[in-house]
Amino acid sequence: MNLIATPQSMTFEAPLPLQSGASIRGYSLSYETYGTLNADKSNAVLICHALNASHHVAGVYADQAHNVGWWDNMIGPGKSLDTNQFFVIGVNNLGSCFGSTGPMHVNPDTGRVYGADFPVVTVEDWVNAQARLLDALGIEQLAAVMGGSLGGMQALSWTLQYPERVKHAVVVASAPNLNAENIAFNEVARRAIVTDPDFHEGHFYEHGVVPKRGLRIARMIGHITYLSDDVMNEKFGRELREAVTHNATGYKYSTQEVEFQIESYLRYQGDKFSEYFDANTYLLITRALDYFDPARAFGGDLSAALARASCQFLLVSFSTDWRFSPARSREMVKALLDNRRDVSYAEIDAPHGHDAFLLDDARYLNVVRSYFDNMAKALNQGGAA
Amino acid sequence: MSDPLIMQAIARLVPHGARVLDLGCGDGALLAHLQQHNGCTGYGVELSDANVHACVQRGVNVLQLNLDEGLSLFADQSFDVVLQIDTLQHLRNAETMLRETVRVGRVGIVAFPNFGHWFNRLSVLQGRMPVTKRLPYQWYDTPNIRVGTFADFGDLARKNHLQVVDAFGLQNGHEVRTLPNLMAGTAVYKLQRS
Repeated sequence: MNLIATPQSMTFEAPLPLQSGASIRGYSLSYETYGTLNADKSNAVLICHALNASHHVAGVYADQAHNVGWWDNMIGPGKSLDTNQFFVIGVNNLGSCFGSTGPMHVNPDTGRVYGADFPVVTVEDWVNAQARLLDALGIEQLAAVMGGSLGGMQALSWTLQYPERVKHAVVVASAPNLNAENIAFNEVARRAIVTDPDFHEGHFYEHGVVPKRGLRIARMIGHITYLSDDVMNEKFGRELREAVTHNATGYKYSTQEVEFQIESYLRYQGDKFSEYFDANTYLLITRALDYFDPARAFGGDLSAALARASCQFLLVSFSTDWRFSPARSREMVKALLDNRRDVSYAEIDAPHGHDAFLLDDARYLNVVRSYFDNMAKALNQGGAA
Repeated sequence: MSDPLIMQAIARLVPHGARVLDLGCGDGALLAHLQQHNGCTGYGVELSDANVHACVQRGVNVLQLNLDEGLSLFADQSFDVVLQIDTLQHLRNAETMLRETVRVGRVGIVAFPNFGHWFNRLSVLQGRMPVTKRLPYQWYDTPNIRVGTFADFGDLARKNHLQVVDAFGLQNGHEVRTLPNLMAGTAVYKLQRS
């Protein structure tokens, strides 16, 4: 592990107009950069994060050797996205709970913690905020924008909001909008949080409590959708916890004890999550997911929506991802084909469900590597990648 | 398509600047050739992970799709040329794919190993399945799910009311226009909707 990451922060005084009609001012964005920006500032790659991630994309912190960036297997010196070639930027989105201004911070207009009053932010709003960060860093055009899942939606939105500022978009395990089932899962998670007595209508900070029960259940539901049926069966199957199997009859015949391994795993994931994630952030981010739908302004016609995009695309999906299935990626491919855009599409036959986009799979990592290698070659020749 | 002579012979059939869809594009060599020498643009379609990676490496647009699931991603007449080079013999429903080829493309170019080549006929006459440069597999390990002849394909085109713009054989990279069903290891058809 040789990449040391240094978190940075930038404050923006000017109000950012939001899609809802509201605006937010005096906010800050946390970000990290890796590699070196070249002389003509043409080798920048922006990484957009998904629900439960941050600006800490790659490397480790000097004082926290075990705090590894969430896409460290993809990004770093000599990796698929090679930080010896590219200047990579990870940025934490508005409303998050990992450093950028969020619901746990003070609203400069009221002097009170935002809580539930934090404005609803959309994927488009995030992209606008990211664009302002690039302005401040002096980056006019990105060599590429890249993201998985909700991060892929931001990458797609970049190509529509700022087509002239993006040369390539890498969209992994993503979708052009949520379907009813996706929204349904989000709603169950939100109800779990909102109905937790410790939620206090989003103003739990001033009560000195955290709606951990709601967060735990939200995370358990989310986690089920990240895995595939196959991988869950392989990992846990019907296995019982050891404490249970000591019992002569096998089952405990309890209704409330943790007996199956999968129960134990989900509870562990839920507990861990509730220790660090913010309840209002969870509501905000799932809402941003629900609202994303670039085709909506075009009567549902995704091809018409994507006509604005002018960059080259690489899309990747995973066969067992049922959250954002390959069919959703193919919808985007079709819309790009209708517009005669340069697009490559890899459909990786992987067992790991939606989580596959964060895991090591040589086919996946190699396709991304070769895509960026070609970009780097063109950059080094000073050509038009 | 790994044989450079066949590749060049096919490339001669593709107009300069054409928008091309290459079904079963392999490692992308033909598309790369068409981009570099014929000023073409377009996409390859491949199923194999290794070939998809090879195409990305070459900088060729590639879509990882199973052709047996059809061409629903592609709009009517959205390509100048649709290539099916050594793909036909791997497809479950070759007839559907043939119709799809001319739906999506203004022109379809189909090439496949000609089982009617005299060498193959001789081999079968001797009671053995042929093993040649164009059909390099043993009967028990071939990835081809069917074989057909130059003449057979002409019947299939007629049955589907396709207009044969050109048809010839290829042998050692040369066009064979005399008795192609007998004299050529590869059959080539250029088709359009009539």
